[in-house]
Parts: sequence; C-alpha cells; structure tokens
Amino acid sequence: MTAAGARRGRPAAGGQGPHGSMPTYLGMPAFPEAARAALADSQLRRNLAHATHTIREKRARAVAELDDWERLRQAAKAIKDHTLAHLGTYLLRLEENVTRAGGHVHWARDAAEANAVVARLARGAGADTVVKVKSMATQETGLNEALAAAGVTAIETDLAELIVQLGHDLPSHILVPAIHRNRAEIREIFRREMPDAPAGLTDDPPRLTAAARTHLRQAFLSAKAGISGANFAIADTGSLVVVESEGNGRMCVTLPETLISVVGVEKVLPSWRDLEVFLALLPRSSTAERMNPYTSVWTGVTPGDGPREFHLVLVDNGRTDTLADPVGRQALRCIRCSACLNVCPVYERAGGHAYGSPYPGPIGAILSPQLRGIADPVDASLPFASSLCGACYEVCPVAINIPEVLVHLRARVADGKRKKIISSERAVFQASGWVLRSPWRLRAAQRAGAAGRRLAGRSGRIRRLPPPLSGWTDTRDAPAPPPESFRAWWARTRGGASRGRGNGQDGGS
Amino acid sequence: MTAARDQILARIRAANAARAAGDTPRAGDTPRAGDTARATGDADSAYAALPRDYRRAHHDPASTDIVELFAGRAADYRAVVERVPSGAVAAAVARILQARAPDTDGVPRFVVPGGLPPEWLAEVPDGVELAGDDPPLSSAELDRVAGVVTGCAVAIAETGTIILDHGPAQGRRALTLVPDFHLVVVRAGQVAADLADAFARLDPARPHTLISGPSATSDIELIRVEGVHGPRNLHILLADTGASS
Repeated sequence: MTAAGARRGRPAAGGQGPHGSMPTYLGMPAFPEAARAALADSQLRRNLAHATHTIREKRARAVAELDDWERLRQAAKAIKDHTLAHLGTYLLRLEENVTRAGGHVHWARDAAEANAVVARLARGAGADTVVKVKSMATQETGLNEALAAAGVTAIETDLAELIVQLGHDLPSHILVPAIHRNRAEIREIFRREMPDAPAGLTDDPPRLTAAARTHLRQAFLSAKAGISGANFAIADTGSLVVVESEGNGRMCVTLPETLISVVGVEKVLPSWRDLEVFLALLPRSSTAERMNPYTSVWTGVTPGDGPREFHLVLVDNGRTDTLADPVGRQALRCIRCSACLNVCPVYERAGGHAYGSPYPGPIGAILSPQLRGIADPVDASLPFASSLCGACYEVCPVAINIPEVLVHLRARVADGKRKKIISSERAVFQASGWVLRSPWRLRAAQRAGAAGRRLAGRSGRIRRLPPPLSGWTDTRDAPAPPPESFRAWWARTRGGASRGRGNGQDGGS
Repeated sequence: MTAARDQILARIRAANAARAAGDTPRAGDTPRAGDTARATGDADSAYAALPRDYRRAHHDPASTDIVELFAGRAADYRAVVERVPSGAVAAAVARILQARAPDTDGVPRFVVPGGLPPEWLAEVPDGVELAGDDPPLSSAELDRVAGVVTGCAVAIAETGTIILDHGPAQGRRALTLVPDFHLVVVRAGQVAADLADAFARLDPARPHTLISGPSATSDIELIRVEGVHGPRNLHILLADTGASS
C-alpha cells in the first residue's frame, strides 16, 4: 500500500484484545511496512519535521520557566498511581457526585457498548446532528462511524479534526490530528469539501481559520446534543474538565441542551485540588503555553446555564486489562499531551498513520497493544517502533517510562511467537532486563560486547550474527559495539578530565 | 448497564488485588463485606500522604507585584490589558465600548449580565446600547450583539488567566462565548499569584471557564492564529484599588 493509500484508509472493526476493542485502520500494514511507505512521502516528512521542531523548542522554554517542574511531575505521577491503585473507590465517588449534581452516569465495557449508549442518548435527545469536541476516547471507540450507522451525523468542530473529517482522512497526532497536512493541502480540502468556503480562499492560516469559524457557527447554535471527552474527572466534586484552545469545546459543552461526555475510567482524579498540578503540567507539555486559552469545568447541570441534561459514559475498553499488567499499567497515567510524539525521532520520520491507531507515537506504541491486545500484526509490531532513545520518558509530564514498557511488551510479543519460532528476540529482551538491573552485570556485558567488534564490517554495522543471535539480525542490523563502554571510559578518565594529564589512550572510533 | 458497572469494578478490584498480592488476577473475585468502607478510608489516608513539594506559587506575592505580573502575562497571549485606578473604570468602559462602534452595523449593542456594578456603566454614551439577559437572549441574538461586559471570579497572575464562575456580574456561560468581543473588569484583589491559590478560592459546585487570551488555534502547521470560535477580542480592564487602600 502506498503512503497516500494508507492515509486514506478508513477505520474498521479490527484486532480485539480480551476486553478492549478499537478500530485498527483497515488494510493498515504492520508498522515496518507502513513506516517504509511513509518515509518515501517527502511532503509528509517535511510537514512533520517542521511542526515537531517548532513545538519542541517552545515546550522546552515553557517548561524551563518553572524551576520545580520535576517536583510537579513527581506529584502528578504519585497522584495518578495512587488513583489507579484505588480506582474503584474513586470511580464510585465520581459516580455519586455526578449523580448528586444532576448528571447521569453510564458504564461501558468496550467500544461497542460505549457507542451504543451514546447513539441511544443522542437519538433520545432528538438529535440527528451532534457537535463534537475533539476526544481521543471517541476516536478510540470509532464513535462517528457508529453514530452514522444509527442515523446521527457527527460534526467534528476542532479545526484539525474538521480538516481530517473533510479530507476523509485519519488523525496522525494526538493534539494536532492534521499535523501531516500543510496549508496548501488544507486549502484544497476546504475548497473541495466546504460548500460555504469563501471564493478566493487563500492558504493564509488566519483565512483558513476564519472559514472554519463561519462554516461551524450555525451548527453550534442549532445542535441539540454535544459530545465531548474530558481531560479530567474530579471524584470528590463530580466535576468534568475540558482543556482546549479554540472555543469549540466551550460551544459543545455549553450551547446544546444535552451533553454526553465519553471518558476513559483512568481519567478520574481524586480531588479538585489536583487541578493545580495537572493544569500546570498539561498546557506547557501539550501546546507549550503557560495556560491554554480555554478550560471548561462543569459539575452536573446548572439551572439556567448550559445543558439541561448531562450524561457521563465511563469507558473501560481494555483499560482494566492494562491495569492488571504490573509494568504496563503506568501507561494509564497518560494525560494525552503528545509531548512524546513531538520529540520522537521515529514519529518525526514515520508519521502518525504508520502506528495504525488513534494513539500514535511512543505512547501509542505502548497504549494500543495493551488496549487492543497483541493478536493483530499491527499491534504486535508497535512495541518495536522505537529506538529506545528515551526522549519520550524525559518529556513525559507524568513520568511514564515508555522505554521500559516497550521492552516489556516486546518480551510479551516474543513470548507469543515462541511456539512458532525459536525466539532469540525473547531471550535477548529477557537477558537485557537481567543485565540492566545490575551494574556489575552491565559492566561485564559491555566488556564482552566490545570483543564483538570484529564481527562488524567496514560500515560499522553487524548485518548477521551467528546463531542463536541471528534471530535478532534477521530483521535489523546491529551496530558494532564500541571498543570501550561509556562507563568504562568514565571510570578510566573521569569524563576526560585526565586527558590533559597526558593520557593518550582515549579510544578512537 | 449494572452488569457493565459491576464487571468493570470487579476487573479493577482483581487487577489491583493481584498487584497488591503479587498474584495473577482472578476476574471472579467477589468483594468481602466491609471492603468498600475500608477501601475508601485507605484511599483517603494514602491520598493525604502524597508528596506535594512543588511550589504553591512561582512568584512570591511578598516580593513581586503580582497584579503587574498578571497584566504582562495576559498581554503575552494578545489580550488587550489596561491598568486603571478603580475610580476611572466607568470612563474606560465607555471609551472601549465606543471604540467598538465602527465594527458594528447600526447602534452597537452590548450584553451586560445581572449583578454588574452599575457604576462601571455610568458613563456609557447614548450611541451605545446595553442589553440585559433577563429573559435570556437566544443564541442567535447573542450572535448578533457587538460584545459583552463582565466581571470575573478570580485571576491567575502566573498564567495570565481569568476565571469566570458565572455568578453575579459574569452571566451564564453562553454570554461570554458567543459574542465576538469580551470586556472583563478584574479587580486587583481578585488576582491570585498562582494556580493553587486560585483553585482554593473557587466553589467546585459552580461551572467555571478559564480564559487565557482570545480563542486561538495552532492546528495549521502549529502556527498560532488568534480568533476561532470564542471571542476573537479579549479586553481586560485591571481596576487597581491599591492606590486608594
């Protein structure tokens, strides 16, 4: 499949985990093939490199402004871990307080159940059209397609989601789903698909934005039902929080008479006060702002202000399976900021579609295989879609050790393949875990590794290792180990400090 | 529906029990009597012990003019910010509303929510019409007004944010959303140094809107464009009581 073909694929029911379901992109090849196709698309690579580098530097500046960033991050991690450890307690508390404030709470085990609840509520509200706030949970459940099947048209109102929807395209980024499109492509989509696009529309971003404003205005003012996700749900008050920039979120949660919020069970936070932590971390990590332009907070229904009916749909869809994995459960701390995408060298080159899921990038590589299971070749390939460079872990505002989970999931995938092939990959990952857990084992392994240099050719790459390690090089080159490890070099030279004292033995390359 | 709820809660219990016991989860585990009460108590005491050694404020109000910090930070996001003595609010409101007139067809009409201090509007000239929201204006009517004038509940200096709790002087949420121009009067005493202080001042039972600059998007090539669906123009009048008190 060509990259362009992949980009126009449609979500369809696909690989299912034991309890979760999420559409894989139909016809999507596993990551290595999809990435190879995407790499050949030079326009895509230019768009992505431009966008991710822009946001990367801004984020670094926004984060550097707070000298206690690491303490905020550790507090957020602790709050999330605590919440997950007492998840049942907090969900029941949330349910109680939402209900007390006049809202209705529904529970959905999987995507199909969530979609059915929403479709029933939307039809019950007399809505043949609903306006939607950008929501990862409803991307995950494939809600729009389910609503269409039930005769309800869903209008995406976030600018990037609108570009994706009008372009019959798929999202490729958590925060900026149309990040793979440049302004000229967006103008073409608007001219082709937006009947009320102004004549002579240019590719100037403010003009494109103004066209979207005009296009959506009437939909906002007349929609009977709005659908949102939520960034946070506060257990001790029953409050829902939606963080956004454009005002489309405010429109959707304020103007329609009925509001339906579809929220993953891991979004709950214990207390109102936790917002002081998460609203410090999320905007700076996500859009690199001190604060995003708009945040809406509501608690049940308020007479005379906003929707008269509020429904909260709490969705499992593979989350409890993820919770049961002692290493993988940390992925449930994710607040969907997308900082890990923006720093990832693999994402920057392969793009979001290659991950075959609404959750692309490093977080997608650990989330999708856990939510959906690893039965599907796409999901089984995702834990390998990383160089394990660790940049994602470093920027994660809730300190998810993504490389650790990737390695863990690789072992699980390799375990699954065990019966079919003699899996040296599995052995490698288990052994590397054992080695990395002990400093002296690492030292010994690095010394032994240095001896392996003689396997490398002039390129410095090892194309073929002897059995049983050939299982590793079947699908990848192995770099030649350096003659001396960093640790050994440091122990010998104290970071090069001894160089000036005439130590001439620094290893050349 | 209860089946879904019970099953999800059972799976959570099994996953967490397995983790606590270092055991494999058993989905069929049933809760023992008293488990819910004990779990609630455990959760609350563990929550209270969580580490929170981050700063309550990133600028110390004792050594920083946080009102000035708020003004600067709000302006960073292209809000128009004016700092005026509290006695000069009426004149400033009149001037700002008058200046919007050329952008509107006919007589410019501004919505004023109930509870807005009448003295803020005392000098509004004849050429500017003020409309209340009682009975409530329809969304279509709100779409046609020239703008809205409100107060706020709290402001955050560190982030340049204003927070509406949609109580008196602020109006229901649609009032500050549908019109294209929002003039908000912030009293110096409403400015909190940082998020922690701001959230402590709010009543969670109320609806809230946090506003940091005019609506914006970065969805096209991650270039920030001001003005999408919310008010494209945000004007903040910072009323200083500091000089008199």
